[in-house]
Amino acid sequence: MDKLVIAGREFDSRLMVGTGKFASNQAMVDAMVHSDSEIVTVALRRVDIDNPEDSLLSHIDRDRYLLLPNTSGARDAEEAIRLARLARAAGCEPWVKLEVTPDPYYLLPDPIETLKAAEVLVKEGFIVLPYMPADPVLAKHLEEAGTATVMPLGAPIGTNRGIRTRDLISIIIEQANVPVVVDAGLGAPSHAAEAMEMGADAVLVNTALADTPDPAAMGRAFKKGVEAGREAYLAGLGPQRDKAEASSPLTGFLRD
Amino acid sequence: MQLNINGQLRDFAEPMTISQLLQQLELAPERVVIEHNNEILTAEAHNKQLQDGDSLELIQFVGGG
Repeated sequence: MDKLVIAGREFDSRLMVGTGKFASNQAMVDAMVHSDSEIVTVALRRVDIDNPEDSLLSHIDRDRYLLLPNTSGARDAEEAIRLARLARAAGCEPWVKLEVTPDPYYLLPDPIETLKAAEVLVKEGFIVLPYMPADPVLAKHLEEAGTATVMPLGAPIGTNRGIRTRDLISIIIEQANVPVVVDAGLGAPSHAAEAMEMGADAVLVNTALADTPDPAAMGRAFKKGVEAGREAYLAGLGPQRDKAEASSPLTGFLRD
Repeated sequence: MQLNINGQLRDFAEPMTISQLLQQLELAPERVVIEHNNEILTAEAHNKQLQDGDSLELIQFVGGG
């Protein structure tokens, strides 16, 4: 498959995976390995000092995966910027999945605070991948602010409902000069394939991989979905029609 | 000496550096990133002496999407 290029860096895989909500670290590693992903997201949280857990990073091979820290939990630009700086101070490369979600029920990204944070972080040298509402005008503003991608949502985080924002994502894809990564809501390999058929450059999946008894198999299934969709997009899908168009010849019927 | 660690007040018998605090909490320094009085610390700053009333955030990576 053709390579994905983000901020000048090449990736063979167009499937990014999240590391949240897995039943065990082994399940998480299984999903990562079998999906053949090269970019994995992580979050930052306070250490429980009475009960320090096993370190997540000890399970992630940093030579194989680019760690993409997110700013989840941030309710405004200031909190997101703080989290991004902490991730960099922790020794990560300056890549950040910018996420500002003040609304706890739908976890919808705040467009204004996301744009504000993006402007600051780009100036500080971060490679910013912003999670955003599927709004083509906002996508342009983020791109102009210097973000490395745009990441419109298919459906709210963790809902597994597929691409409910299809028409808007199509416009974003048509107009974007940076890679478009469809993030959130992709619950089945067919959803990932659909995003790729539409011309998205990549997808990010977490819940669908964590929410199954067999994360390894689901990782493989999503990999195939992404590859199938990408290949179909590159091949060029046939046009849709209202009326039937016969696939078999309309001559030589066995009748007079 | 009293410290505010991740929003909780804790008492410590003796003055100590950040490295010594991490040791006492049994936290490997490479797995935490620290804010000391709202300032992000680099690893080299772990020998900083803590003062009574200091506030610390000890942060780590966890799974997330």
